Amino acid sequence: MASTFQPTDDSQVLDAVTWALAEVAPLEIVGRGSKRGLGRNFQADHSLDLSGLSGINFYEPEELILSAKPATPMAEIEAALAERGQMLAFEPMDMRPILGMGAGEGSIGGVFACNLSGPRRVKSGAARDHLLGFNAVSGRAEAFKSGGRVVKNVTGYDLSKLITGSHGTLAVMTELTFKVLPAPEKTYTVLVSGLDGAAATRAMAAAMNSAHEVAGAAFLPAALAGRSDVSYVQGAGSSITALRLEGFGPSVEQRCRELREELAEFGALEELHSHNSIRFWTEIRDATCLTAPADRLIWRLSVPPTAGHQVLATLSESLGAKGFLDWSGGLVWLSLPPSGDAAHEPVRASIAPHGGHATLVRASADTRASVPVFQPQPAPLAALSARVKDSFDPKRILNPGRMVAGS
Amino acid sequence: MLMPKPDEAVLAKRGEIIAALREIVPGEGVIAEEDEMRVYESDGLSAYRQMPMIVVLPETTEQVAEILRYCHAEEVKVVPRGAGTSLSGGALPLADAVLLGLGKFNRILDVDFENRAVVTQPGVTNLGITHAVQDQGFYYAPDPSSQIACSIGGNIAENSGGVHCLKYGLTTNNVLGIEFVTIEGEVIRIGGKHLDAEGYDLLGLMTGSEGLLGVVTEVTVRILRKPATARALLVGFASSEAAGTCVAEIIGAGVIPGGMEMMDNPAINAAEDFVGTGYPRDAAALLIVELDGPEVEVDYLIGRVREIAEANGATSLRVSESEDERNAFWAGRKSAFPAVGRISPDYMCMDGTIPRKMLPEILRRMSSLSEKHGLRVANVFHAGDGNLHPLILFDANQPGELETAEAFGGDILKACVELGGVLTGEHGVGIEKRDLMGEMFTEVDLDQQQRVKCAFDAKGLLNPGKVFPKLHRCAELGRMVVHQGKMPFPDIPRF
Ligand SMILES: Cc1cc2nc3c(=O)[nH]c(=O)nc-3n(C[C@H](O)[C@H](O)[C@H](O)COP(=O)(O)OP(=O)(O)OC[C@H]3O[C@@H](n4cnc5c(N)ncnc54)[C@H](O)[C@@H]3O)c2cc1C
Repeated sequence: MASTFQPTDDSQVLDAVTWALAEVAPLEIVGRGSKRGLGRNFQADHSLDLSGLSGINFYEPEELILSAKPATPMAEIEAALAERGQMLAFEPMDMRPILGMGAGEGSIGGVFACNLSGPRRVKSGAARDHLLGFNAVSGRAEAFKSGGRVVKNVTGYDLSKLITGSHGTLAVMTELTFKVLPAPEKTYTVLVSGLDGAAATRAMAAAMNSAHEVAGAAFLPAALAGRSDVSYVQGAGSSITALRLEGFGPSVEQRCRELREELAEFGALEELHSHNSIRFWTEIRDATCLTAPADRLIWRLSVPPTAGHQVLATLSESLGAKGFLDWSGGLVWLSLPPSGDAAHEPVRASIAPHGGHATLVRASADTRASVPVFQPQPAPLAALSARVKDSFDPKRILNPGRMVAGS
Repeated sequence: MLMPKPDEAVLAKRGEIIAALREIVPGEGVIAEEDEMRVYESDGLSAYRQMPMIVVLPETTEQVAEILRYCHAEEVKVVPRGAGTSLSGGALPLADAVLLGLGKFNRILDVDFENRAVVTQPGVTNLGITHAVQDQGFYYAPDPSSQIACSIGGNIAENSGGVHCLKYGLTTNNVLGIEFVTIEGEVIRIGGKHLDAEGYDLLGLMTGSEGLLGVVTEVTVRILRKPATARALLVGFASSEAAGTCVAEIIGAGVIPGGMEMMDNPAINAAEDFVGTGYPRDAAALLIVELDGPEVEVDYLIGRVREIAEANGATSLRVSESEDERNAFWAGRKSAFPAVGRISPDYMCMDGTIPRKMLPEILRRMSSLSEKHGLRVANVFHAGDGNLHPLILFDANQPGELETAEAFGGDILKACVELGGVLTGEHGVGIEKRDLMGEMFTEVDLDQQQRVKCAFDAKGLLNPGKVFPKLHRCAELGRMVVHQGKMPFPDIPRF
């Protein structure tokens, strides 16, 4: 009989895992469900629904930290931060546009469990760079903690890094403490139109290598630029290369002037200011231009920045992929025509010469059960990762098979 | 400090081990003479000394793999060592262990400006990376004070920080990839010039693991463009409370300085005696706030910080108007350790972290602990991130003073934990803070960490005796007590 446990506090989480361990009954760990469709499709008879563990424990703006329970909705966290002019600098994406609006809203636990980071990743780091400490229940049914509430901390292993991006396969987080940062006063975006992927990559590298502290560098081919809700981008009729500058007013204005001068040789320039600029980067963050049609496959590839445009060109030609670049060329978002094997072999072959990894973000449940969703690892690394899993969850009761088949 | 008991069986076959290592690393790469091994007998925590059994200095990853494979098969312990500047005894040799030095891994392999990455061998110094890229206006951001000497491999093992980490992050935030060798001799590569290693974040786990999980043989770091400009403020306060509030308000105003350092009165005076660059001797606390970035931004932020400092009753305030003046502001801070070294025969450098707002409280506690133990203390802090470096002054030639200094240091670190902080911010646990781990972690917490160690090194051969106060056998840690099914739970809502 399948059941859903809905604990309302840490000790009930511990009880549920204790039972699951005794019965060797795998649990699906669910925060608010927005990312249930992310990762391998796996079988668990029971689910552990954490929605009862919600709310901010403490928020200390002058210490730049916030601590919350795992199922705290992102909207609640973002509202609290906005009130004090702060933000999550790693800019976590909202997966609902891609995975379906029907799913629940995102939770802070899910954001860290999936290590989701947006365009500012290139300047401010990933989710994994912001988690300072956590409390959790391991698959051994033991409540433990790691880290703390301060940034400078090398006391013991940095398990905050390990738990971030572990997709609920090591331990059930019951409390998370993370770093927050001041939100920028002003955001401008410099747009260069009409570049091909190679030229766009050079322009992005020039901007990233300048002293202007670029906080986002993306490239949209013409067809995808047309899908933007930002009118200038939509009507551009050509590709758009975008560079974001943010910070204190006078600084942003001056950097914007200087960056425009340095990029003048690349092509026609335009600027987006506050509202449009923010909207544009939300679209990039959430990959909204790839949302429709809903049956297309979506891949997310991380490669060296100079390699992204080559991968995009290769796959556009061979597989009819549509896509765009973020992270100064290092993040490739792809949409492919539907197919049973998600074209995983040619996609992964395309990045092999450069190094990096490819994640199948959207595909049918069947496909996600049969195709490796995450980049397969060389045998010694896979074996080591499996031993790490065993050290937390020897009976494989927490999200077993979500990352790797059989573990 | 109690170290694991040397294994007599291993000591007995020392000759055989030397011969085997010479097969792997020919020529002068194996050192077995006592005189020649002496330079390796301690690291930056020089109160502790121990001769290694043998020193080996390989030059290639393949040699490292062979050495480790051999030691694993023969159950010989291994202590990795970079430049030996650790302040926590992480690289302290063991009597029955091979000391594996990475000094010959001293080449930079690839400088890639387009991808903003440098690939290097682990023995290259921290500053060596910046030197390789600075002619193009780039630098490697984490800047431990030991940067001319410490190795990037050691930085990874300790997750080292520095003055500029407040804005630019610690080592862990600036490393893109590594190659490492497990104790079984398996070569593993994670990350690279792309962002975010996929699968479990073993890169993040290895960073700060103090040489207990693997031997790092190659490193890829990200480099940054040098900020256009930097200026500093030197601000004196009549009380540490006022200085502490000023720090909190700067951060609260949304300003993240490139560096924000604080010194207390004894440290100010020691530095002033030593370099004499005009620190206010009567100030109870001194702040150095450095703003870096585009010129307009720096000028604008200098104004903001000045307003905040004045509102908090600054008793003196100077703004640097030239590079020379900025460097002069830093000269005293940078020479704080040797300056304190002049006013006391010996000193011990501690490294706790507290939440910023607890600065005044920890200073109060330190001065009463100073009275209790009868030893003086001078303080320098990375104030922006609450990382303290109390320098405890003592004289090792006076019987009992070293022990008193250690007890004083232990009390300070316990106070840090009590105030919501941690035992070590950047120097590592090593042997120095090993026995204090229980102040911060429960047995369950520590057992889970040791289980992770078991996933990498089931025989416990890599750098044993460091970090963990109690060594458990992996088989023992793997055991589980299963509480038989209490289902159904009356208290958990089920559907
Ligand atoms: C004067 C002075 C100032 C300092 N200032 C700072 C500072 O500002 N910030 C800071 O964070 N630290 C500072 N330190 C501490 C020290 O410099 C750092 O911890 C540094 O990273 C150690 O590097 P190392 O190469 O000397 O490593 P070592 O001392 O040789 O080793 C340190 C640890 O790393 C392990 N290790 C070394 N190389 C490898 C490898 N390739 N693979 C696996 N494990 C390895 C060792 O086993 C050991 O556990 C300072 C030290 C001194 C002496």
